[in-house]
Order: sequence, then structure tokens, then C-alpha cells
Amino acid sequence: MRRRSLWADMDWLSVLLYALLVTVGWVSIYAADFDGVRTSMFDLTTSHGKQVLWVSVSLVLAILLVILDNKFYTTFAYFIYGVVMIMLIMIFFIGTEVKGNKSWFVLGGFSIQPSEFAKFATALAVAKFLSSQGTNMKYWSTRLIAGAIILLPMALIVYQGDAGSALVFLSFVLVLYRDGLSSWVLVGGGGFIAISLLSLIVDEKMYLVVGIVLFTAAVIYFVRKHLRIAILVSGIAIMSIGYIYLVSYFFSKLKPHQKDRIEVVLGKLEDKKGAGYNLDQSKIAIGSGGFSGKGFLNGTQTKGNFVPEQTTDFIFCTVGEEHGFIGTMIVLGLFMALLARIIFISERQRSKFTRLYGYGVASIIFFHVTINVGMTIGLVPVIGIPLPFLSYGGSSILSFTILLFILLKLDSDRLAVLR
Amino acid sequence: MDIFKNRRFVILGIFASFFIVYAFNLFYIQIMDESYTALANQNVIRNVTVYPNRGLIYDRNGTLIVENDATYEIFVIPKQLKTIDTALFCQLLDIEPQFFKDQLTKARGYSSYVPSSFLKNISVEQYATFQEHLYMFPGFYGDIRLVRKYPQSSAAHVLGYTGEIGQKQLELQPYYASGDYMGISGLESTYEPFLRGHKGSKLILVDKFNREQGSFKDGLYDTAAISGHNLTVTLDIELQAYAERLMQNKRGCVVAIEPSTGEILVMVSSPSYDPNLLTGRQRGNNYAKLQKDTLRPLFNRAISGGAYPPGSTFKSLMALMALQEGSLQPNDVYPCFGGYRLGSHTVGCHAHGPLKNLSSAIQHSCNAYFCYVFKNVIDQSKFETTDDALAKWDSYLYSFGLGNKLGVDIPGEHSGHVPTPEYYNKIYDKGRWKSSTIISLAIGQGELGLTPLQMANMTCAIANRGYYYTPHFLKRIEADTTNYLERYTQKHQTKVEQRYFDEVVEGLHQTVEQGTGRIAQLPGYEVCGKTGTVENPHGKDHSAFITFAPKVDPKIVVLVFVENSGFGSAFAAPIASLVMEKYLNDTIADKRLYLEKRMIETDLINPKVLSSNETP
Repeated sequence: MRRRSLWADMDWLSVLLYALLVTVGWVSIYAADFDGVRTSMFDLTTSHGKQVLWVSVSLVLAILLVILDNKFYTTFAYFIYGVVMIMLIMIFFIGTEVKGNKSWFVLGGFSIQPSEFAKFATALAVAKFLSSQGTNMKYWSTRLIAGAIILLPMALIVYQGDAGSALVFLSFVLVLYRDGLSSWVLVGGGGFIAISLLSLIVDEKMYLVVGIVLFTAAVIYFVRKHLRIAILVSGIAIMSIGYIYLVSYFFSKLKPHQKDRIEVVLGKLEDKKGAGYNLDQSKIAIGSGGFSGKGFLNGTQTKGNFVPEQTTDFIFCTVGEEHGFIGTMIVLGLFMALLARIIFISERQRSKFTRLYGYGVASIIFFHVTINVGMTIGLVPVIGIPLPFLSYGGSSILSFTILLFILLKLDSDRLAVLR
Repeated sequence: MDIFKNRRFVILGIFASFFIVYAFNLFYIQIMDESYTALANQNVIRNVTVYPNRGLIYDRNGTLIVENDATYEIFVIPKQLKTIDTALFCQLLDIEPQFFKDQLTKARGYSSYVPSSFLKNISVEQYATFQEHLYMFPGFYGDIRLVRKYPQSSAAHVLGYTGEIGQKQLELQPYYASGDYMGISGLESTYEPFLRGHKGSKLILVDKFNREQGSFKDGLYDTAAISGHNLTVTLDIELQAYAERLMQNKRGCVVAIEPSTGEILVMVSSPSYDPNLLTGRQRGNNYAKLQKDTLRPLFNRAISGGAYPPGSTFKSLMALMALQEGSLQPNDVYPCFGGYRLGSHTVGCHAHGPLKNLSSAIQHSCNAYFCYVFKNVIDQSKFETTDDALAKWDSYLYSFGLGNKLGVDIPGEHSGHVPTPEYYNKIYDKGRWKSSTIISLAIGQGELGLTPLQMANMTCAIANRGYYYTPHFLKRIEADTTNYLERYTQKHQTKVEQRYFDEVVEGLHQTVEQGTGRIAQLPGYEVCGKTGTVENPHGKDHSAFITFAPKVDPKIVVLVFVENSGFGSAFAAPIASLVMEKYLNDTIADKRLYLEKRMIETDLINPKVLSSNETP
């Protein structure tokens, strides 16, 4: 067994990408805060000042995570998961409601959002479960238990009223896929999302039904020699039709502001001052950035506070407006590089646990980036989830740091042990 | 062993495909689509108008008569309002709580984010106190605005007033924006294009609460306001004020012109008003009050007086055209037996001494004499019909600037009324009227109507012996005014030759020396003048007097018209004479101070204080 320095096998490229993203985030938060008066970088009454504090805390935490023995994570994976689940349940009793979501613990002057920590906890638990002896995605038991591990925190978070954060857990489907989940799940999932969107967009459901029936009839004609496939396709068609009505039923049960947000993105609702306001102003901010942007601290949308929550969920606007297409491409490029690096790291593991955990990290970051950037440019509904490493917020930066550095710790020991 | 190892490419592919879609989308909205830039600018750039200084107005001696006064306008942004001490607010600005509420409702109805005008025309002093408390009233702010100020408080009708542009003008003139001030009457209106200057604009950045964030691109696109051009007018403001004092509590007007140039020295329409009443905060109230006043102080009697009959002041013109026509010789004498009778027509005459010639007929203002003169002009054998004769008669009047607008440079001028043959044909049927029918024209009565400015201008033509310049106020603008000044440097020749004027001017001189206008004598000057007592079917006769001096190379023409005051010599002549004396001598001789005092103190409007209006 080789035993080298703790830091020698660290993946410094990932650390560099992390550092760059956090720096871009901090600069953007400073710009979003800026309203004409330069303030101290470390002024703790400002978001950018607090972010410095949170990043420092995160770095200390990162060092701790790296110093910890690597057995800690495999050993305590379920324990950590359990603790976080208990916190998610406790929140119903002693949580504090912020903006309609009862998902915060308030301790002293700080607010903690356990749902942020549920992400790495679930990633650990899924990795632990799928890497344990006797599990195989071929078995229904494995599929069901893995599904349950993912769905439990999801359900609890949905119940808190934070549907956005809950959706993040859908990204674990990629982990399962990597571990052998049938491709049909991805294809089916894609089809599922397509039908869901169509059933929301098309008001007259009969058109959809007719469309599905005609499509099914055509497919059956081509596969008429294979009775089983024809029956399967017919079954899927009937389920789809039922699903269409189910979706419109649940849609009608949504809160009005959620409905509005969805309808605005689907292009069914034009409302510049209400639900569409955030989206509209955010798109204007990014769109007006042009090729090279308006310059640092010169964003008119940013300085004028036209985009709400610009230090947190809409931090990408600041980049887009002040640094233009170059800025957005650099940020997306950094994320893509980080994701590719994480996949690369995951694939070089001899430990299945680490590999699956790595895919969990990649999936979560990918989902956050896709949804967050997508909503700022109007491609997905406004779902309030932060942009990893960039958005202001203690829970967010801490949880993503933990998420990433656990992987880097496990990776640095890849040559030491075989789990 | 790991049969799913290749799935990493599928997963990376999924990652990459999303990023590529996003990259294309960002490329489109950031680089291809320009509309977001425009929308962002719309959000934050507010175009603020910078108002220029309006041009100042000076009189002929360089005295400042119209200047700009700083006032403040309070704006409100409803979105930024907090609970405030309304009572204190209202007290500081001197407004009613109800007004406060109404204005806020109005502002909210307009926009929550965009500033609305809350209160206009707050004096500098009042704003200073208000500003000390401004921090207590979030959502309110003040901005400077210039309004007109008239330090001499006179010549209201000539100077006119400024006011907010009306809806109609707004549509016609794209330069203006709603709420802009413009000249509405008088010189303010005529010379608006010069006086107004040019508005500037500046782009400022605002945040979503409309709070100023500084200038856009350091003022790269800002334009400075260009001050209006200063104007020098022909008025003699001191003389104007003096004439206004003499005319106080009387209805009528005074017009004084420098005959050699047509420059108007004085134009008084009485009753007048203090032009400062139509600036500032009480403008609306004051305007309504003035408009309701039955004495019609807003009305400029000197040019839009709906035309008064000129009365006897017209006789000199009658004589001049008869001389030109050859139907009258300077030494002709006509009988007067206390009047002129012709069939059923009688034109009365007053008692006067024997007439020796035309001059003495003018001197005594003999009605009968001029009836003969008129009859002899109209009934000349060269005219086939009375129509032709009257048309000829009219043409003389037109050449003296009567019957048409003179073209003075303030709006609202009336053309007066010179009856045409068609006019009488309508009344009497064609061919059913003749010289005797229209004989009252001979003595400036009947259907003849002249504006006081026309009477004064006619006098100028006589004083100049045959020509006049269009009476005007414009002396100088600090700008290219070629087109404007040209109109006033053109000599208008009358149809009467110069040689015929001497007899008439001599008659006018004799009128002052020993006739009806003796009160107008000024030691050291050969004064010419003619009284007029204008019959007024609605009440007491109007008193009129035209005068000029010196007889040779006249410096000033004065016309005074005092409504319902009796003989021309009663009020019109003394007032005209005092104005003339003031202009020529700069002071009033001690022995005439009694006259000045009497004129100033006489109140013809309020009959209780009515005094010696029968004085000859």
C-alpha cells in the first residue's frame, strides 16, 4: 500500500475550477450589490462581505473534509443520510417560514436550509447502497430501494413547499443509469417530460389524444408481426392519455403563483409586471450585455436593481450583463470543464462507492446549472434554485463545497485503498 | 467488468447538449437580438428636459421690462411615499389638505414610478423653508422652473403673458411638450420663436424606483439648453407707465408713435392689469377674475377695440382727400348756420366764429363745412355712380392704413371698418343711396370704425405729410431678424400728395393755438392737434384727441381716446398733451401739475367719485 501526503493526490484542476467559479461568483455578487458607492470587500452588512465569510468557512470545512479519514464517508454514509432526514422532518415542527417555504432553521443570526445538505447526504447514501454487496440494478429490489433513498428527501422537501429543490433529486436518475438502469428509463423519462409539457401547453386535450391514437396506430401497423410489442405500445398510449388528464388535474391544483410561472415560460401568459417580471428583466439584463458586456459595475439593470434576487438565484444575469457573451461562455465553460473533470475523476476510481458518488455530484451540479441558467434566459420555469458556487448564500456554498470536496478527498485516496 | 462504462459518454453527451443549446440561445439573445439593449435602456434612461432662459425684454432706453424669476415646482413619485406629517406639509406649501389628497390621487392615477407635477410656482423663499423639511417627505422633490416677472408692472397688453401650452397648439407644434410654457398673447406670443430659446435634454440613469443614479455615459448624449434671444422694443416704459397712471380709472386708450419710424412709444388700454398677476401660482385665479371683470381689462382696446368712430379727428383726412381730388380749394368757405341741412338730413354744428378758409374750418371743427366737403367729393361729375365715388373715397382711407389690419407685431388686431359700396348696397339696395345718405362719414361718424392704433397711424401719415411706417414694437433682437424688421422699414405712401398737407397741418396747429385743443399747448413747441367728440349711441360721448409735435419734423404722435367722458378737450386732449410734454421735456411744467393731478385723480368708472368731467 502506498501512503503519500494527504495533498499530493488531490485533483488540483478541480480545486482550480472550484476556486475560479467561487471567485466569479464573489465578483458578481459584489457587482449585484453595487449601487454606486464602493464599500469594503469584507463589510459584513453586505452580501459580498458575508459571502467572503461563507467561502472562508467553506474552505475550512473543505480542509476538514480532506483531513478526515476516508473510511468516515463510507462508514457514516447512512448515518449522515439519517441525520439529514431527521432534520428535514424536524423542520415541520421548529422550522421557520421564509417566502412561503418552511425549509429553514434559524440559529442565532444564521439561517440553515437542511434541504441543501440533503443533496450530498443522498448522494452518499445512494453510492453506499449501490456499492454494497448483492445489489444490482437488474433486481427490482435494488431499483426500489435506490428509488426510495432518493424519493424520501424529495417528498419531505416537496412537503415543505420547496418544489424547486425537490426536483434536483430527479438528477440521480443519471447515477442509476450509469449503474445499469435501463436506457428505456431515460427515453421514457424524456417522453414523459415531453408529454407533460404538451399537456400543459395544449388547451384542448382532445387534439393530444387524437394525436397519440394516430401515432400508436401507425406504430402498431409497422410492428404488427410482433404482438407483444404492439400490446406494449398500446398500453403506453393508454397510460399516456390517462397521464395527460392527470397532469391537467394536478396543474389545476397548483398554487396560483406556481401556475403563473409555468404558464409564463410556456408562453401562454404575457405578464410583464407579475410572474413574468423576473424573467423579463433577467432576459433583458443578459440580452443587453452584448458581446463583451457593459463592463464591471456598469450594468444598468444590475445597478438599477431591476432583477430581483440578483445576488442569489439570478446571479447569472450579472455575468451576462456586465461581461456579455464572453462572460456567459466562460462561466458555462468552467461548469462544463468541472463536470467533465468530475466524470473523469469518477471513472478513474477503483472504488464503486466513489465512482457512484462522483456521478451523484456531477448530476446535482448539472441539474442546478441547467435549471438556474435556463430560467434566467427563459428556457425553463422560474424555479428558485441557486447557481452552484456563484450564488450568494451560506447553505448553498457550504453544501456544494461539501459535495465537491468529499469527492476530491475520496479521489485523493483512490490509490490507497480498494473499497 | 463494468459493462456500463461507455454510458459515461451518454451522460457527458447529455451535459454537453444542454450547454450547447444554452450557448446558442445566449448567442442569439446577447449578440443577434438588439431589442434587449433597447429594453434595458428604456428601463433606466430617463430623458430630462433642461429648460432654457427665456429671452429678456428691454425698452427703447435699455430698461429691463421683462425678466425671469426662479420658482420651484414640486414633483411626487407615489411609489416612494411614506407616512408623512400632512398638516405640516400643507402648512409649509400653503395648500389645503383636500388639494393634497386630490393631487396624490391624480399622480397615482398617472404612474406610481414616474414623477408627477404636484405643485407649481413656489417662490424661492417658500421653497427654502420647505426644503429644510424635505427629508421628512420622501417621494417629494423640487425642481427649478423659470417664470416671467415684470419689474415695471406695466404694458400688460403689449407684453402679453406666457402660460402652459394648450392641447391644440401641442398638436400643431412638435417642439413643445405638455406642460411647456409659451407666449400666449402680446409680444410674448409674436416673438415666441426668438424668446423661447431651445430646450436641452439630459439623459440620467435611474433605478427601478426611479431614483437618480447619475448621468448616462457621463453626459455624452446630453444637449445644453440654449437661452432665448433678448428683445429690445420700441416702448418707452417710463412714458408708458405715466400714460397708464393718467388713464387709471378710465376706459380708453393711449397710443404714442414716433412718426418718422412707426415705432410705438406707448400703447395703453385702460383698465389694464398688473402683468405679474398672470405669472406665478395665482395665475389661474387671477385670469378667471380678470376675464369675468365687466370692464374687460384683458381686452386691448387700442388694437382690438372693435373700432370706434373717429369723430372729428377724421376731418383732416376728409380735407386732404378733397384737396387731392381738387374738389376743395384751401380758401373755400361753406355756410354754416348751426348745422348742415339737406332734405330730412341734418348734421348739427356747435357755435363757432366765422370761417375764413379750410384751416379755420379745421380749427373750429365745423361739421357743416366738412359735410359740404364730403358731398363735393362724392358728387363729382367724374364719377358715374355713387358706388364709384365711395370706392374712390375708400381707396384714400385704405392708403392711410384704415380698413385693414396694419400688421402691428402683437396679435389680436382688428381691421376696423371702412364701409364699402357693397356694404351700402346691402343695406339700402343698389342705387338707393347717395352722398346725403352717408353724410355722417364726413365727420367720422356713421358706419366708419377705426381702431385707436389706426387713428394714431393716420395721424402719423399727416404728421409725415403723406407717408407712414407700419407701427410696430420690434426694435432689435439679438438674432437674424431680417424678415421681421423689413416689414417695418417700408415706407407706405398715401394717395395724397405732400403739397396738400400744409393747409391741413396749419389747421391742426391753429386748433391747438386758438381752437378746441388749446389745452394742449406746450410752450416752446408748435403743437398740432384735433379734438374729437365721438357720438356714442350707448351713452355719453367718447372723448378723442390726436396730436403731434413739433409741427415741423414731428417727434411724437399721440392719440388718446377716453370712453364716455364727453368733449375731446375734456380728457383726451389734456392726457395726450401731458404724455407729449413728458416725452418731449421729460418733466411736466409746474403750472400744469394741477392738470396732471386732476387727470390722475379723476375716476370715470366709479361715478360716485365723478368730478369735473364737464370741463371744456
